[in-house]
Amino acid sequence: MNHIALKMLMGDRGKYFGIVMGLTFASLIMTQQPAIFVGLMSRTSSFISDLGYPDIWVMDAKVQFVDDIKPMQDTELYRIRGVAGVQWAMPIYKGMLKARLADGTFQTCIVVGIDDTTLIGGPPEMLAGKLADLRRSDGVIVDIDGATTKLAKPAKTAGGKPIPLQVGDTLELNDKRAIVVGIAKTTRTFQSQPVIYTTYSRAMAFAPRERKLLSFVVLKIKPNADRQTVIKRIKQTTGLAAYTQQEFKDLTIEYFMTNTGIPINFGMSVLLGFLVGAAIAGQTFYNFTLENLRQFGVLKAMGASNGTLLRMILLQAVLVGIIGYGIGVGLTAWFGYAMRNSILAFKFPWQLLVFSGVGITLICMFAALLSIIKVIRLEPAIVFKG
Amino acid sequence: MDKDCAVYCENVKKAYDTGGDKVIALGGIDLQIKLGELMMLVGPSGCGKTTLISVVAGILDQDSGVCEVFGQNLLKMHARDKLKFRAKNIGFVFQAFNLLPSLTAAENVSIPLILNGVKRKEAERRGAVMLEKVGLGTRTRSFPNQLSGGQQQRVAIARALVHNPKLIVCDEPTSALDHETGHQVMDLLKEVAMGHDRALVIVTHDSRIFGFADRIARMDDGHIEKVVNSVTEL
Repeated sequence: MNHIALKMLMGDRGKYFGIVMGLTFASLIMTQQPAIFVGLMSRTSSFISDLGYPDIWVMDAKVQFVDDIKPMQDTELYRIRGVAGVQWAMPIYKGMLKARLADGTFQTCIVVGIDDTTLIGGPPEMLAGKLADLRRSDGVIVDIDGATTKLAKPAKTAGGKPIPLQVGDTLELNDKRAIVVGIAKTTRTFQSQPVIYTTYSRAMAFAPRERKLLSFVVLKIKPNADRQTVIKRIKQTTGLAAYTQQEFKDLTIEYFMTNTGIPINFGMSVLLGFLVGAAIAGQTFYNFTLENLRQFGVLKAMGASNGTLLRMILLQAVLVGIIGYGIGVGLTAWFGYAMRNSILAFKFPWQLLVFSGVGITLICMFAALLSIIKVIRLEPAIVFKG
Repeated sequence: MDKDCAVYCENVKKAYDTGGDKVIALGGIDLQIKLGELMMLVGPSGCGKTTLISVVAGILDQDSGVCEVFGQNLLKMHARDKLKFRAKNIGFVFQAFNLLPSLTAAENVSIPLILNGVKRKEAERRGAVMLEKVGLGTRTRSFPNQLSGGQQQRVAIARALVHNPKLIVCDEPTSALDHETGHQVMDLLKEVAMGHDRALVIVTHDSRIFGFADRIARMDDGHIEKVVNSVTEL
């Protein structure tokens, strides 16, 4: 009876496309919105991800997330280097400084100061220049997104395109000259500010004078040392907070999850998509069954059991579910691909496929259940009513 | 019950609840339909004809009384057994044809066979053969909306007969057809549906086809008023 069920479903093209459209819409919303949400959330910890090499991050115990800088004294670096199990430890400066652009305007930038000698903590990918060029006088490396947008030089003609910052151009950071020696590719930050890398000592010079300027210490543990044991020792010895890279990312994401309205806003979108999709698909599927009630009655009269009819309806629901889900997920993937070079945050992990798959399954089950109840209660004698 | 009795009804009663009021549809029906017989149930609207064939066809349970079809008491049958009995032994022809619009003529005809466990391809092959018998051998791939009313009823007759049931139940088979087509459909029913081991029950208002009946039972107000052998006795 399976082919009869499928022919019944596809025979009514309008209804068939209506159900598939409803499920496609629900699937699209249930993957596209969370993908943007996941993209945004991953940007909150992009600085940690980009600096992938160290095993452990050390910071002030009161730090709540990666942008919540509570500077430490420079001497903490030496105390950490003295903890058993630490192979090496390097300082990181992270701060927001104003850059003065060629047209006289100011732009707030994230300035990252990395160890002068080893240059550990530099950008993940260089597009122009070399990381070692940071050792040149007044050298800074600018991220490509900042260089082409917010830090770009004014167009030569009115209304023209801004000219991207290039190697050799100069900036002013806190009234001090900085020369662009490299352009790097970094993951966009949550607030999409330009990122400028320089050496730690030069960052100290750029930053306003404060008693404490050390933002983080990143370290590598000795080959045979246990990560959690070293973290415990650092905490006990220095009173500072120490996290693995993943723990620090989780801490940051958790902060944004609990202290901002982002999860609620996106959650509402996803819920709305689910409800609208369920309403459209459920209602259309139910109407489809109602309109075919006489046909189901005929089959029942001719000897089709409730089990057979139930299987037919389930098959119809599963088919429209798979098609709607596939198109919705495909559209989301296409959307992500089309937006890959834009400012839009988008990340599509496999878990979202499972999430939306469960959502679509629930909608289909709901729609099928409504129809099944109606068909099971159907009196086959209906077929004799004109 | 006689050996040649296809349907045996004794004091069959059925009432419907309509918003607190009880409407008596069958007020104690006694009826026998013999094998090889074409029995017509006639009478005004609401007299209980449709309820009676629903009970006889096993798609509606009576409140009381006995209804045996080929010696089987339908009321005492387990629901699953009744389904199987219906699928095997009863063929239906409806007033509004009730063909599945998204299936071809051959596919529509094959449904009773599929419900009886015949494989789809074989069922469709036998469906096409049956369509040939009712004069629609060239329309096996046509959809119902591509067929005239008379042709659709022929498909419905083919569907009712394809699995070789012992009892054919027809509800107003000619009321949606013009006079000539109605006669053709009745001729066809007589020709292909009748047999010594089979019975035909037709519910109708259409006095033009009364002449096709072997016996006519006139019903009124939930009772059988009289059973006659020819239309002139009505």
